[in-house]
Amino acid sequence: MDHGAPVIDNIFGISWLSVNLSNVLMITVTSIIVFVLCVLGAKKLQMKPTGAQNVMEWILDFVKGIINDTMGWKTGKLFLPLALTLFTYILVGNLLGVITNGVFGGNVWWKSPTADAGVTLTLSAMVIVLSHFYGIKLRGGKEYVKDYFRPIPILFPIKLIEEFANTLTLGLRLFGNLYAGEVLLALLVGLTSSGVLGFFGGAIPFLAWQGFSVFIGGIQAFIFTMLAMVYMSHKVSEEH
Amino acid sequence: MHTFTDYSMIYAALGGLHVIDMAVQLFFFIVLLLLVKKFAWGPVMNMMQKREEYVAGEIEAAESSRAEAEKASKEALAQLKQTKQEAQKMIEDAKNAGVRQEKDIIESARSEAARIKEAAQADIQTEKEKALQALQDKVASLSVLIASKVIEKEISAQDQEKLINDYIKEVGEEL
Repeated sequence: MDHGAPVIDNIFGISWLSVNLSNVLMITVTSIIVFVLCVLGAKKLQMKPTGAQNVMEWILDFVKGIINDTMGWKTGKLFLPLALTLFTYILVGNLLGVITNGVFGGNVWWKSPTADAGVTLTLSAMVIVLSHFYGIKLRGGKEYVKDYFRPIPILFPIKLIEEFANTLTLGLRLFGNLYAGEVLLALLVGLTSSGVLGFFGGAIPFLAWQGFSVFIGGIQAFIFTMLAMVYMSHKVSEEH
Repeated sequence: MHTFTDYSMIYAALGGLHVIDMAVQLFFFIVLLLLVKKFAWGPVMNMMQKREEYVAGEIEAAESSRAEAEKASKEALAQLKQTKQEAQKMIEDAKNAGVRQEKDIIESARSEAARIKEAAQADIQTEKEKALQALQDKVASLSVLIASKVIEKEISAQDQEKLINDYIKEVGEEL
């Protein structure tokens, strides 16, 4: 139960430079899986879609729908690759941790990359930074600055805080859901492996929770993508 | 004590923010974004775009071909109507021609029959006249013959009658 993480602190003697090797592994694995699946899905493209192409087009239409819900398609199509990658990456990352957690040498190596606050906060910060970038790029610096004083100037401090709050909530929501799921799964694994009684007591809740985790994984991927696009549209759209 | 270790475990798992993790995540995400855009979603989007255009084109083509078909069917209908009219006219013409021909044939047959009848009547007339002529000639010679016989022989009335009958029979046979 009490598994640690393969963390290396003080790399090169620099106190703030640290790495969780499990995260690095899982980020790499998730990225490769997403890449391979997407490329395989887009391998045999035909006018009449079959098999994997249907799935790819369904995902594309789904993400397109998310974007269309938040902003016009004219600016929205700019963010389609970002939203697609966010959705697929988070979905695959979420499901990896549900399928299995791998422990090696007392350390948790195999888990969801999205069950780490650093990873999710990186993603959310990237989205927020991109939203500021595109806000300035598409609407000009003047409009961008003016937006902080709308609808009334007194809201400026709150608007400023909102940017940080958005970053934190976007990242920590995903992290919290996934992390809680994994903690509970780990606890149930401990229960089922504790004895005969524990096995029968824990097996059914374990199955149920795993199913629920799959559901949560999908929902959280959707929510993250949706909110990323909502924050993006706040910055790039003319009207709110 | 147990709860304390649990909390500490969770804190360890939360583990603070590892700078390299974040850098790796950012780097991998950007690389993934670019790769996936280039190799997967780009082609898929292109294909969908292409299909959209294809479908639009097909719809347009179908519409135009439908209009064409409608036009062609209208033309065919008109042609059919015209052909029917022509056929009707031809039938009528043929009927008229038939009636006329029938009349002609009857007329000519009638005149032919009349001609033949006239000729036959003329023939009969001449034959009759010829026969009469022959009979007259024969009667003349016969009467001369009877007279000579009467003169030559004295015969009884009975014999005479028999004789006359014989001669008449003879004449009849000769005729």
